[in-house]
Amino acid sequence: MVNKILPLAVQGLHVRRQGRDILGPLDLTLDATGFTMVIGPNGAGKSTLLKALHGVERVSAGTLTWSAPDDDVHARQSFVFQTPVMLRRTVRENLRYPLSLTGVPKAQIDDRIHHWASLIGLTDHLGQSALRLSGGERQKLSLARALITEPELLFLDEPCTNLDGRATRDIEILLLEAYAKGTRIVMATHDLGQARRLATDALFLVRGALRETGKASTFFEHPQTDELQAFLKGEIVE
Amino acid sequence: MNDILSGLQAAFWLVVQLDADLVEITLRSLQVSVSALAIACMIALPLGTWLAVQRFRFRRGVIALLNALMGLPPVVVGLIVYILLSRSGPFGVLGLLFTPTAMIIAQIIIITPLIASITHQAMRELWAEYHDLLISLNTSRWQRVRTLLWDGRRALLTAALAGFGRAIGEVGAIMVVGGNIDHATRVLTTAIALETGKGDFALALGLGFVLIALAVSVNLAVHTLSGTERGSRW
Repeated sequence: MVNKILPLAVQGLHVRRQGRDILGPLDLTLDATGFTMVIGPNGAGKSTLLKALHGVERVSAGTLTWSAPDDDVHARQSFVFQTPVMLRRTVRENLRYPLSLTGVPKAQIDDRIHHWASLIGLTDHLGQSALRLSGGERQKLSLARALITEPELLFLDEPCTNLDGRATRDIEILLLEAYAKGTRIVMATHDLGQARRLATDALFLVRGALRETGKASTFFEHPQTDELQAFLKGEIVE
Repeated sequence: MNDILSGLQAAFWLVVQLDADLVEITLRSLQVSVSALAIACMIALPLGTWLAVQRFRFRRGVIALLNALMGLPPVVVGLIVYILLSRSGPFGVLGLLFTPTAMIIAQIIIITPLIASITHQAMRELWAEYHDLLISLNTSRWQRVRTLLWDGRRALLTAALAGFGRAIGEVGAIMVVGGNIDHATRVLTTAIALETGKGDFALALGLGFVLIALAVSVNLAVHTLSGTERGSRW
């Protein structure tokens, strides 16, 4: 997959809510390839950063410069939320919904739905209400719904929180397959083991500030800042 | 107690004999209320949903006004519609006064704020749930409204049924603009008012029971057809 919207240059990104600084100001560049993990303690601004980049969170200041016109950018990216939002429809209709918005030819829609339903093991549940799925199944459906449009950029906000080991492994396999096909992935996580397993590079946020960034090998093995060293050791960083 | 028993008896015989007058006014009641409901729904459902999705300067004021209009006194609505449709009024030339159309107009004005307010309430909660997802999926405003209307259809059914209940049981406004003319604008509620005035309580009660049975039947039919409240579904 050729990535047309990246790299993304972020300058002076700043999010304020009710008079309080939540994120930034920060600068960063998102390259066209990679699997970026965003880590940091609670309240560091991981979710806010992802949502601000994706356009769900209102930005107080700063510029995001994409490599494609703004109109094209949003349609080429997807977001998976920490708590999966299920449309009050069947599994099939949840998968169909983003395809119907993006103008995928009708002939392809059913093929794609069956392909993704089989990948997430929900072929037998296509006609069932999505609200009746378990937590793990909901998150897999949420991921499939995000990937079914073949986005160039995928944001994930702690998608494996509250999931058991098997569901987490299933989701990681899907993510690695998408990454192998060329989808650029940016994911926030609390799970340092997962970050080490999946990341090609990483960002470390504390209190809304970007403290450290780098390739996964150096980031995890040779952290530069005291705060990241402490965080990786499992110490409490506030 | 005797009046109630007589009323039940009268209602029973009216229904069993398929009394021609009863059938006529029942069908007219349904025609007026269902027409008003259909038109009010076309206005109120998108309006209530749009108010849930859209942010604009006087949004709170509009919502407060809509909620206040739920309590519109029907007689006042009837009076205003009467003045507008009377020969000397701006729409007098249309000759609608004392016709079922005038009654439909009055009922639309009464039930639209009610349906829109209930819709807004239900859609606000659904929008809070869907907000991030629909923004993330890059949906247009119209696509959001359409998605909420479809996914919230069960709540909207409740809103519509509340509107129907208010319309079918309404008497003040339609008495003023319809005139309760026999074989022209007489409906169940105005017939009940007339029979009560004449002192024929048994017939008035009989018509009342028919009215209640009609409202319950329509609700049951709608729930059955739409598949809500099935045993297997909470």
